[in-house]
Amino acid sequence: MVIDQTKMASLAKATSREDVVGRSLWADARRRFFRNRAALLGLGLLIFVVAFALFGNLIAAWNNSDIDYNVMGDAAASAPSIADGHYFGADTLGRDLFARTVQGTQISLLVGVIGSLIAVIVGTVYGAVSGYFGGRIDGFMMRLVDILLAIPYMFVLILLLVIYGRSIGMLFVGVGLISWLEMSRIVRGQTLTLKNREYVEAARAIGVPALTIIRRHILPNLVGVVVVFATLLVPLMILTESFISFLGLGVQEPQTSLGALISEGAGTMSYGTLWQLAFPLFFFIITLFGFYFVGDGLRDALDPKER
Amino acid sequence: MIVYILKRLATAIPTLLALVIASYLLMHIAPGSPFSSERGIPPEVLANLNAKYGLDQPLWKQITTYLWNVAVHFDFGPSFVYKDRSVNDIIAQGFPVTLTYGALSFIAAVLVGVTLGVTAAIKRNSWLDYLAVGVSIGAQVLPNFVMAPILMLVFTLTLHWLPGGGWSFSDPRFWIMPVIALSTSYMASIARITRSSMLEVLGSNHIRTARAKGLPNRKIIIRHALKPALLPVISYLGPAFVSMITGSVIIDVYFTTGGIGKSFVDSALNRDYAVMMGVTILLGTLTILFNLVVDIIYGWIDPKIRY
Repeated sequence: MVIDQTKMASLAKATSREDVVGRSLWADARRRFFRNRAALLGLGLLIFVVAFALFGNLIAAWNNSDIDYNVMGDAAASAPSIADGHYFGADTLGRDLFARTVQGTQISLLVGVIGSLIAVIVGTVYGAVSGYFGGRIDGFMMRLVDILLAIPYMFVLILLLVIYGRSIGMLFVGVGLISWLEMSRIVRGQTLTLKNREYVEAARAIGVPALTIIRRHILPNLVGVVVVFATLLVPLMILTESFISFLGLGVQEPQTSLGALISEGAGTMSYGTLWQLAFPLFFFIITLFGFYFVGDGLRDALDPKER
Repeated sequence: MIVYILKRLATAIPTLLALVIASYLLMHIAPGSPFSSERGIPPEVLANLNAKYGLDQPLWKQITTYLWNVAVHFDFGPSFVYKDRSVNDIIAQGFPVTLTYGALSFIAAVLVGVTLGVTAAIKRNSWLDYLAVGVSIGAQVLPNFVMAPILMLVFTLTLHWLPGGGWSFSDPRFWIMPVIALSTSYMASIARITRSSMLEVLGSNHIRTARAKGLPNRKIIIRHALKPALLPVISYLGPAFVSMITGSVIIDVYFTTGGIGKSFVDSALNRDYAVMMGVTILLGTLTILFNLVVDIIYGWIDPKIRY
């Protein structure tokens, strides 16, 4: 039998044609995400906030710790103005609020992202191990999570900060200690369904060690859940940090965070210096909105039937 | 049922023990003694102070004494800073206030949230639905420490309707702002959860059957839809309670209501570990008991749970 060479060449060409490349789950998700107007708005807000945090200092006329004695203690003179370089006004001590807001946004974003990253790493591994091994190990590991979740963590976190000194490092540790709990529960639930799939069974049948199965077959399939949850976790971490800073127990001067700035602004509001509350509050709110919208958009994009 | 309750108690007690021991250990391994803030203190006096508060005993003995006093006598010991007041005095002073506006906020959040959610679900895609969804999205980024200054700005500084702080058991005008500030974000979450679960229930088969039987709409909603729709709301009440308790700290600090949260923050700033631990343990106990109650209610409503 003779095979027509030209037909085969054409077939080969057709199967390798670029425009019939199958749409992967991710390509589909990306398409759905970019069709979602709320998610796009959230993405836009986030890009704006991140750009503000990264490059804001380039356009700031003042340093965040320098004191402008011309406006210090003078409510009217410290109002926002382009002329003297205080675009967002100045605070009660005469420090430039624009530069302070840039720094506050940086710290808040950093705490949020790092808290969420810790959750991703610790929570994913913990949940995957617990769910995959099951049985008594699972029971013990999840009971531990239950116990930790029942503790009013904010009080323990404040206890930690007071005892070991109020530093950013301690905040990261404290936020990281609590952020992974919920994540590990969700990952465990997902692992329980994944571990009964045929490909995991096949891997087990040919003698792949458990940890390799977790790493090669379970973890990659958790990416969707983990990414969505991590995005929604960032605003919660920012809220936690702002809560503590609002009480004056968070980062210490001259460092600041959005929560600390909101607290300062709320304290001086009765003197008519509303900008001291308004600008930090604005960035706080759009940051939270941004993360919520992007997180919701990602969830809808990755799981279209849940809409 | 009794076995189920006992089982839940069996996890609640180790949780409490873990909370007490962990906070005691945290305090114990803290650098410096609780009295090291007192300047130029001679070593003999320090030794005497340690002896008076029992801090010279071996660690296990300190912990067991503390546990015994707390569990049997409800005695949290003396304050480390205020020589003439015990932790019990400090808690007894603030706790009734916190309990009053806390309970009011909780009830308000549940009642308004559920009503809003159910109405939004029944009148889907009407202006009411959009309003409810809009409010619940907006309120997500308005946590208590953002609501508090905004309320103060509107009702005290601009309209002069409500007192800007303080507390009185006989005058409800003092209660309004704390309750609104504390309950808004939970109200929003409850409304959102109720709406989505109500929509799901309304689309289910047993509701279609009820409609086919010709039952009046009101009866369908109240008798057949509400109960299953409330299950996710009930499981949210536990975490909501925890963060409301935490939020009361903000209310106490911002509105100077004189509740227990203010004592907590003051003790954190004074390094008064005894008060911090007392408050943490008390609120932790409340949380754990509340979760127990929620679990029991859940088991009672959901026929799928077998004890």
